[in-house]
Amino acid sequence: MIPLAYPILLSALLFTTGVVGVLIRRNAIMMFMCVELMLNAANILFVAFARAFGQLDGQVFVFFSITVAAAEVAVGLALIVTIFRTRHSIEVDDLCELQR
Amino acid sequence: MNPFGFVPLILAFPILGLLTNLVFGRKLGEKWIGIFACGAAALSFGVAVGTLATLLNIPEGGEVMLWERLRIGVFEIPIALKVDALATTMMLVVTGVGTLIHIYAVGYMHGDPRFARFFIYLNLFLVAMLVLVLADNYLLLFVGWELVGLCSYLLIGFWFEDLKNADAACKAFIVNRVGDFAFILGVILIFVTFGSLRYDEVFSQAGELFRAGAPVVTLVTLLLFIGATGKSAQIPLFVWLPDAMAGPTPVSALIHAATMVTAGVYMIARSEALYNLAPFTQSLVAAIGAVTALFAATIAVAQWDMKKVMAYSTISQLGYMIAAAGLGGYVAGIFHLITHAFFKALLFLSAGSVMHGCGNEGDMRNLGGLRRAMPTTFKVFVIGGFGLAGVPIFAGFWSKDAILGGAFEAFRETGTASWGLYVWLLLSASALLTALYVGRQMFLTFGGAPRTPAAEHARETGWAIGLPLLVLAGFAALAGFVGVPEEFPLLGPLLGDNWLLRFVGEQYGEAPLNFGVMGFSVALALAGWGLAWLLYGRRPLAAGQPDPLVAALGPIHTLLKNKYYGDELYAKVIVRPVVATATWVYTALDRAAIDGLLHGIGRTALRLAEATRAFDRIVVNGGVDSMTERMKRFSREFRMIQTGRLQDYLILMLASAAVFGIVLYLFTR
Repeated sequence: MIPLAYPILLSALLFTTGVVGVLIRRNAIMMFMCVELMLNAANILFVAFARAFGQLDGQVFVFFSITVAAAEVAVGLALIVTIFRTRHSIEVDDLCELQR
Repeated sequence: MNPFGFVPLILAFPILGLLTNLVFGRKLGEKWIGIFACGAAALSFGVAVGTLATLLNIPEGGEVMLWERLRIGVFEIPIALKVDALATTMMLVVTGVGTLIHIYAVGYMHGDPRFARFFIYLNLFLVAMLVLVLADNYLLLFVGWELVGLCSYLLIGFWFEDLKNADAACKAFIVNRVGDFAFILGVILIFVTFGSLRYDEVFSQAGELFRAGAPVVTLVTLLLFIGATGKSAQIPLFVWLPDAMAGPTPVSALIHAATMVTAGVYMIARSEALYNLAPFTQSLVAAIGAVTALFAATIAVAQWDMKKVMAYSTISQLGYMIAAAGLGGYVAGIFHLITHAFFKALLFLSAGSVMHGCGNEGDMRNLGGLRRAMPTTFKVFVIGGFGLAGVPIFAGFWSKDAILGGAFEAFRETGTASWGLYVWLLLSASALLTALYVGRQMFLTFGGAPRTPAAEHARETGWAIGLPLLVLAGFAALAGFVGVPEEFPLLGPLLGDNWLLRFVGEQYGEAPLNFGVMGFSVALALAGWGLAWLLYGRRPLAAGQPDPLVAALGPIHTLLKNKYYGDELYAKVIVRPVVATATWVYTALDRAAIDGLLHGIGRTALRLAEATRAFDRIVVNGGVDSMTERMKRFSREFRMIQTGRLQDYLILMLASAAVFGIVLYLFTR
C-alpha cells in the first residue's frame, strides 16, 4: 500500500508541468496537450482519494471526466485544424485579430 | 321704399368692372377688357340718368344709407349717399365724360402692355370720384378725395419706365399732400366744432351757432380751401398740374381737366353754407381764383407743348370756377364746371388724337397743316376752342358770361371800386388771353403747311377715338343751353326757363344777367381770336421760324415761357430748405445721435459677448477638455493589458487564481 502523499505529489508535478507548458508553448497543439496533462493530474487525485477513503464515487467521476475530455479533444482538434487550414499557422500569437 | 335705393349701383358697376379686369385681365383680350370697362362706365351713366329722372319727380332729393354706424374708436358716424341736384349734376358729368373717355382710351391705349391695368385704374377712378360727389359727410368726401388723388398718382406715372413720368406722379402726390393735410385739419375742426361730419347737421348748426365772420368758421373754410387749392391746382399749389400731363392723354382729359380737378369747386359749392358765413375766406377764394385765372392764362400763351397749353388753360378755367364760388355764384361755378368738362375733355382728346396721328409729336412747332390730314379732329378742335374762348352760343360762352356777370354784379352791389371790380377785370383780361392762346394753338397746329415729316404723314385716327370726339363736340357746342338765362332774346324764350338755375339753383342763389358785360366779354373773346389770327393765322409760321410773340413781348416772353420761374422758386424756397433740413436731420440726428447710440449699444453687447466667450473657452471648455484628456491618457495606459496574446491572458488568469487561492487559504481557517 503506497502512502497517499505519493499520488498527490505526482499529481502536483503533472499539473505544474501542464501549467508551465500552457504558458510557455506557442504551438496550439502543444498547449492543448498540456491542458490534457492538467486534466489527468486531477483524475489521478480523484482515483487516489477514492481508494484512500474506500469509496467508489471518485473512480466513477473519473470515467465522466475522461469521456468529457475525449469530446473536448474532438472539438478542440477540429478547431485547430480549421484554423490551420485558413491561416496556415497554429501559432497562438498570430491569433490576435480582436486586439487590433 | 326709398326711391333712390338704386343709386349705389352707380358705384357697383365700376367696382364690378375693375374686379373683372383685375381677375381676368390677363386672359381677356383688349376687346373684352374694353367692353367690360366701358360697359361698367356706361351702366353707371345709365344709373346717373335714372337718378336725374327720379330727382325731377322728387326735387328735394334723398339719402341712401350704406352703413348705419361706422365706428372708429369714440368716433361714430353713419355713412350714406346724398342725392340732390348738385350731386346728380356731378354724377352725370363724371359718368358721361367718363364713359366717352373710356371708349376713347380703348383706341388710344391700343397695344399697350398694361392695357388691362389702365382700365382697372380708370374704373377705380370713377368709383372714387363718385364716392366724392355722393358723400353725405366730410369723412366720406375725404375718402373719395384721397382715392382720386391715388388714382391720379397711379395714372400720371402709368408709363413709369420713364423716370420723368414717375417724378411727375410723385410731385402731384406730394403737392396734393400739402393741401390734403390742411383739408383733414379742416374736417377735424368741423367735427370738434359741430360734433358731426354730416352735411345736413353741420350746415343747419352753422347758421344757428355762428354769425357771419366767426373766427372758427373762417378757419374751417380757410383750411378746406387750402385743400381745394391743391386738388384744383390754384395758386400756390398749382405746380403739379402741368407736370401731370406726363400721363396718358385720356387721363389728362378725364382726371386733370374734366373731373378730379373740379373736386375743389364742388367741395366749396357743397360747403356753401359755411363759406357764406366767412366773408374773409370768400374774398380770398375769389381773389385767388381770379389771380390764378390770369396767371395761368399768361403762361399758356407762351407754351409750345399742346398738352402744356391745355394744362395751364385748365388751371386758368379752374380759377374762373373758384372765383365764381368765392363771389357766391355757385350756380355759375358749377355751370362752368359742366361746360368746361365737355370742351376741355374735347380739346385734350383732340390734342391726343393729333399726337396719336403724328407719332406722339406734341410740340406745336413741329406740327402744322393738320386741317387737311385730320379733318374730323380739326373740326372738333375748333368747336372745343370756340367753347373755351367763349364765342357766342358755344358752351363756354354761357358759363363764362355767368361768372363775369356775377363778378360785375358783385362790384355793382358794393358800389365802390371794391374787390369785385378787380376780380371782374382779372377775369376779363384772362378771357382775352384765353381766346388768344386757344386761337394760337389752333392756327399753329392745323393752319399753314406741315413743318415736319411727322405732321406731313399724319392720318386720321380710328372710330374709337373719333366717336367720343364727335359726341363731346356735340356737348361742347350745346351744353351751354342748359343754363341760358331766361331774359336772353330769342334763345331764352325758345328754351324755356333756365333749366340749370331751376335745377341746381334751388340750393343756391341766382346768377344775374347783364348785356353790357356779356357784350364786353364777347368783344374780348373776338379780340383775342383776332389777335391770334393776326399773329399766327395771317402769315402761318414756317419751319424753324421763331414765334412772333417772342419779338413782340421780348423778355416778358422768356418769363412766361419759364412759367414765371415758379418751379425754380419753389425749388429754392421750399424744396431746398426741406432737403437741407432732411440732410441735416439725417447727418446730425440719424447718423450721429441715433446711429451713434445704436452703435454704442451694439459695441457694448459685442464686448460682453467676447467676455462670456472667453469664460466659456477657458472655464467651461477647459474643464471639460482636461477631464476628457485625463480620461484618454488613463485609458491609453490601461489599454496596454489588452495585448491579444493568449498566454498573457492565461498568466493573468493564473495570477488571479493564485491570489484568490491564497486569500481563500488565509481567511477560511
